[in-house]
Amino acid sequence: MPKKSLGFPTHTNKATLTVFVTVMVALFFSIILVSASHAQPTPRPPTNLGGEDTPLDAGGSVQLSWTASPDDTVGGLVEKYILSRSTKLEGPYEELSYVITSGTTSYADAGLIDEKGVIQITKPKNNINYYYQLIAVGKGGVKSEPTVIDQPVMAERQWFHPGRINMLVASLVLSLFILIFIWQASLGKELYIRPIAGLEAVQEAIGRATEMGKPVLFIPGIMDMDDIQTIAAVTILGRVARMVAEYDAQILVPTSRSLVMTVASEVVREAYLDAGRPDAFKPDNIRYLTDDQFGYVAGVDGIMLRDRPAANFYLGTFYAESLILAETGASIGAIQIAGTAMPSQLPFFVAACDYTLIGEELFAASAYLSREPKQLGSLIGQDWGKVIFLIFIIIGSIIAIFNQLNPDLISIKSWFEMQ
Amino acid sequence: MKKQLPVIIGLIAGLVFIVQFFSPAITPIQERFTNWFIVVSVFAFVLGLTNLITINLQKIQRREENWPYSFPLLISLFAMAILSFIFGIEKGPFVWLFNNMMLPMSATMFSLLAFFVASASYRAFRARHKEAAMLLVTAIIVMLGQVPIGAAGVLQYLRLADITNWIMAYPNMAAQRAILIGAALGVVAISLRILLGIERAYLGED
Repeated sequence: MPKKSLGFPTHTNKATLTVFVTVMVALFFSIILVSASHAQPTPRPPTNLGGEDTPLDAGGSVQLSWTASPDDTVGGLVEKYILSRSTKLEGPYEELSYVITSGTTSYADAGLIDEKGVIQITKPKNNINYYYQLIAVGKGGVKSEPTVIDQPVMAERQWFHPGRINMLVASLVLSLFILIFIWQASLGKELYIRPIAGLEAVQEAIGRATEMGKPVLFIPGIMDMDDIQTIAAVTILGRVARMVAEYDAQILVPTSRSLVMTVASEVVREAYLDAGRPDAFKPDNIRYLTDDQFGYVAGVDGIMLRDRPAANFYLGTFYAESLILAETGASIGAIQIAGTAMPSQLPFFVAACDYTLIGEELFAASAYLSREPKQLGSLIGQDWGKVIFLIFIIIGSIIAIFNQLNPDLISIKSWFEMQ
Repeated sequence: MKKQLPVIIGLIAGLVFIVQFFSPAITPIQERFTNWFIVVSVFAFVLGLTNLITINLQKIQRREENWPYSFPLLISLFAMAILSFIFGIEKGPFVWLFNNMMLPMSATMFSLLAFFVASASYRAFRARHKEAAMLLVTAIIVMLGQVPIGAAGVLQYLRLADITNWIMAYPNMAAQRAILIGAALGVVAISLRILLGIERAYLGED
């Protein structure tokens, strides 16, 4: 009868067990060694975290700066930083989801709104002390010890921009001159305004169009109503449309902006109404073409070649299309009056048009055409403003010459620098 | 009231923008006004589009002069709009049409400028009087000073490139700055006239 094993290892089993235990121990140490070799080192924290209110803003923003972690080098341990804030030094700190990559040593905490307009991070509230902490994050998400700001920071709104005091003074002085002359004009004082050839020709141009039985074409530039030159053009349009209505002619106003079309339509309608000829107003003559620059040019050129206007007005902001429009107008023999404050386009208008309003003349045109004393008074004030600027330019030139001789002699350059 | 309300709205909006320039604290209000402008512009765009479609449909309906031109305009308008709604504006037929039709047509219009520059220059540079003669001489110097032939052969002794640089840096720059300063003063004056309600031509008043 064979001998039954009582559960004790036999000689063979002992050897197997020894091998098994040895393998297991080896495996255990191997796992420990491999794990140790894959463990990521902890990056050292950034230092000198400091902050200040973002200058010259409406508040809700804090500017933070720090010295990068010593491990924040090219190919170093640090992958990013995590910024957190709290109203108390001891916390709890709210983690802010800004993406602050390695190599960054300053960041503005000014809130974050995503593409859909959802607030991801709220702005720091004004006049509240905030504490910040910064953590360097290494590979595998290993975080350093936090660095806490040494002094609390407060976001504040600034009510005055000190770097623009020179502009404020200049604007106030100029406005004062203009207001004084408007006031003098309202008292009935005789004012002399130098003749502007381009504006003197407006009536002649409209009269010619009336005699020829052809329309007047008015182009108010290619910019929108937030452009001051477009606003100036629309005010001139009111005067021109009034004359057109009185002469019983027609005015065409193709626009490249729908908002300008809406405004121009109202302006021309009111001008016809004011001239006592509301029935002569044709709404279809004020039309929107396209926002595209050269699409608009093609549309206007088409109108010129089909309708053959006898008088063309190009007033407002123009870019590369200025010469294409003016040359097409010249080719159909129209009398052309242009006006813009774009120095780069003025030579083209001067070359291709009969009259050109240069810079300030565009802004003076409506007042000039109205012949209303108050409006003319503002033009005299504007001229006095030019006198003041001229004096400053002469003084500045003299001082600049002396500065060339001795830079420490006198320096007023900073007075004229705007921030 | 109909005439006063626009003036009041203009005054408030204008003052907000002026004050914001000197006071950063009211920037959020100014940004709100800017956003309102965008909203108004969107509504105005609907009006503009309606105006464009109405005028061209009427032209076709009434068989006005050149009425067939309205067909391609309306077809293009609706085709681009429908394609953008179906396929989006970042890829697909909308982008293909934009790149292969819209851009070449714009480039064609822009390239006309070269010919118009030549014809305008011909008219401007005819030495009919003293000023035109000065313009002609200056233009020739500046043109030659900016091309290789201006520094070749005998012309190199004239140092046209240096003269060109001087013309551009001093007389030309001075004139441009004078225009800009004058325009800036004009902007202040017209802004004051509009803000104070003195300039009302845009309301149809004298």
